[in-house]
Amino acid sequence: MNFLALFDLSVLDSTVRLAVPLLLACLAGLFSERGGIFDIGLEGKMLAAAFFSAAIAATTGSVWIGLLAGIGASLTLSAIHGVASITFRGNQLISGVAINFLAAGLTVLIAQSWFQQGGRTPSLIGGGRFEPITLPFADALSTVPFLGPLYSELISGHSILVYVALLCVPGTWYILFRTRFGLRLRAVGENPAAVDTAGVSVVGLRFAAVGICGVLCGIAGAYLATGLQAGFVKDMTAGRGFIALAALIFAKWRPWHALWATLLFGYLQAIALRPDIIEGALGFKVQVQLLDAMPYILTVVILAGFVGKAIPPRAGGEPYVKER
Amino acid sequence: MTATHPAIELKGISKAFGPVQANKDISIRVMPGTIHGIIGENGAGKSTLMSILYGFYKADAGEVFISGQKTEIPDSQAAIAAGIGMVFQHFKLVENFTVLENIILGAEDGGFLKPSLAKARKSLVELAAEYELNVDPDARIEEIGVGMQQRVEILKALYRQADILILDEPTGVLTPAEADQLFRILGRLREEGKTIILITHKLREIMDTTDTVSVMRRGEMTATVKTSETSPEQLAELMVGRKVLLRVDKTPAAPGPVVLDIQNLRVVDDQKVERLRGIDLQVRAGEILGIAGVAGNGQSELLEVLGGYADGTGTVTLNGQPIDLTGKYSDGRSRRDNGIAHVPEDRQREGLIMDFAAWENTAFGYHRDPAYTSGMLSNNAAIKTETQAKMDRFDVRPPNLQLAAKNFSGGNQQKIVLAREIERNPDLLLVGQPTRGVDIGAIEFIHQQIVALRDQGKAILLVSVELEEILSLADRVAVMFDGRIMGERLSQDTDEKELGLLMAGVGA
Repeated sequence: MNFLALFDLSVLDSTVRLAVPLLLACLAGLFSERGGIFDIGLEGKMLAAAFFSAAIAATTGSVWIGLLAGIGASLTLSAIHGVASITFRGNQLISGVAINFLAAGLTVLIAQSWFQQGGRTPSLIGGGRFEPITLPFADALSTVPFLGPLYSELISGHSILVYVALLCVPGTWYILFRTRFGLRLRAVGENPAAVDTAGVSVVGLRFAAVGICGVLCGIAGAYLATGLQAGFVKDMTAGRGFIALAALIFAKWRPWHALWATLLFGYLQAIALRPDIIEGALGFKVQVQLLDAMPYILTVVILAGFVGKAIPPRAGGEPYVKER
Repeated sequence: MTATHPAIELKGISKAFGPVQANKDISIRVMPGTIHGIIGENGAGKSTLMSILYGFYKADAGEVFISGQKTEIPDSQAAIAAGIGMVFQHFKLVENFTVLENIILGAEDGGFLKPSLAKARKSLVELAAEYELNVDPDARIEEIGVGMQQRVEILKALYRQADILILDEPTGVLTPAEADQLFRILGRLREEGKTIILITHKLREIMDTTDTVSVMRRGEMTATVKTSETSPEQLAELMVGRKVLLRVDKTPAAPGPVVLDIQNLRVVDDQKVERLRGIDLQVRAGEILGIAGVAGNGQSELLEVLGGYADGTGTVTLNGQPIDLTGKYSDGRSRRDNGIAHVPEDRQREGLIMDFAAWENTAFGYHRDPAYTSGMLSNNAAIKTETQAKMDRFDVRPPNLQLAAKNFSGGNQQKIVLAREIERNPDLLLVGQPTRGVDIGAIEFIHQQIVALRDQGKAILLVSVELEEILSLADRVAVMFDGRIMGERLSQDTDEKELGLLMAGVGA
């Protein structure tokens, strides 16, 4: 057996690609839940963003306009969630479920109506996709032993959104723990009454949290349809929003932990694509179906609380009502 | 300091919630550098008035003047800007933040935390020196005691340069020693020229600490007097609107045989923390045993295990018969069958179902009683008749058995629970915080009922965080600290000072 083969560079490379949408969605959920708004609508927002980014990119030929459209679609759903759960103090879970249903149905319906391709968008070509970018010196360094291939294959050669997502990790950490906005955001998720009596708007902070969540979900969805793949297909998020939520719990609502958690999920998805490597490493054949199911099994295990106690933000899920 | 203008003046403040007039034409003047008490029963409108001052509510009519300037207070931001600081009864702190983070929250300087934290740390040192308010700036709120947490609230207000400090029922969660310390701090703040408004229902605090006092009753300000020119009796009368007996009127106890015998009782909670660490207690027929202690030292767990909704180990006998502490026969129903009645500490969560009508609440726990059933069905007519009679005997107001429990005042809710439990003629009555959130008039009545039950030869276990209540109602006092009994005293042989030390875990 050769366990090192399990960490083949090509597998690690796709790990990064597959982890990116999870990471963005996970950070989106992190902002929202740190602000006290539970959001199980990550899935729906990503799906809507995936469709609209692909559709607009296909129509205009510009992936950047597509990205904006995706973010816009996701933000619209965020606004619905915000109005329902912050302004009208509705149930956050129900609002999230509604958003997931809405996105699942509407994307296919509109896709069929616009493109008549069975609920897909046309395949994206040229400027309609985010192309891999080669980092400086990638070719020159590729001959350097070990580090060379690591740099040129694993680190270089991703689309811009991958780097954006990775930069979001320290960015999120910095915002949360080093800025006034972060302090207030964390406080509003723990004890909104403290924020309120300190003279800061609870509603404003929570809408900001939900808004950031919308932008990040929008990028995640756009990456799925215009970076990872070339176009939108029905239900292409395939539960990634829920996996991101599981990763968020696994990460205990911390940005760096979120990176490691989503990389783990990304790795499970990546390795499932290469049963040959697993067979080579373990010496026996593992059912493809089992491999495909692994990320979901891990999700269930995490959500069932097998990874130790994870304490969510204390005011999470509860609408804030000013005390008499 | 020449006090030309009052630090704070309210003129004709009125506020209604629907048909309820919470504040009616209230006017007060508080001079700078004084401590002004506001006393009144629950629901008298004290909190509404303070919420208006802090920008939580908008008054329907009336004006607020701060240092002679007419001031609009549409939100908390405006209140802070006007120099008003508020220490709420339930602290508004973020539990997993540090002291420093809580202090700067909402009063940060600029978008980045580092300079704000540094500035706050420096000014915390100065404030600590000026007002003797020492706290560890890096401690997390969840790791420090309530007394410290309250200091953080005061520091929060001072950090925002508050000149007027409003404290709402500040001693509710404190030990007597901590309360004394708080009042020393308040005295110090007064010396430095701060104006303090102290809201409380405790007459003694008003008498000991304030310069002037205003009394509120049913939304109106009934009087404002100099504290030195009034007496507790007069204040109580002003609060209730009639003469009130402040002391419990009872004859010496005539204890009979042991009813409840507890040996080495232990309870471990969900977090595997031992909450009761070997309790030995006896309660005799015809006596009231009071359990004193700061909230959270195991009193709740004691009531829960005796009431049948927590598991424990050890030996507990009732009239010589052992009762189960785990398993099928350790539930509330078995306890009632054993002859234990329970008036729980949290009447709104454990004693009543708030959305259900008074008559339904009267049957809970006893709904299997043959008198309340006919075959498989419940005999609602019988329950209602019984409820009406109970409501009359216990003077529940309004005597409307269809009214949902949540629509009764705290005192009347407690009377409903008490009527249900006492009238079952139990051998042992467990009572937790019988008068928490209950107004003075109702307190008197509830105390009389408990004493009457004792005089019928029943055993009563009373848990209360109000030391005054324990001392006046109980015949014998046991003090709990950290899951243990620190000592037992006859109530006529002890005083608040001695019990206070025991409550703090000192001596035995």
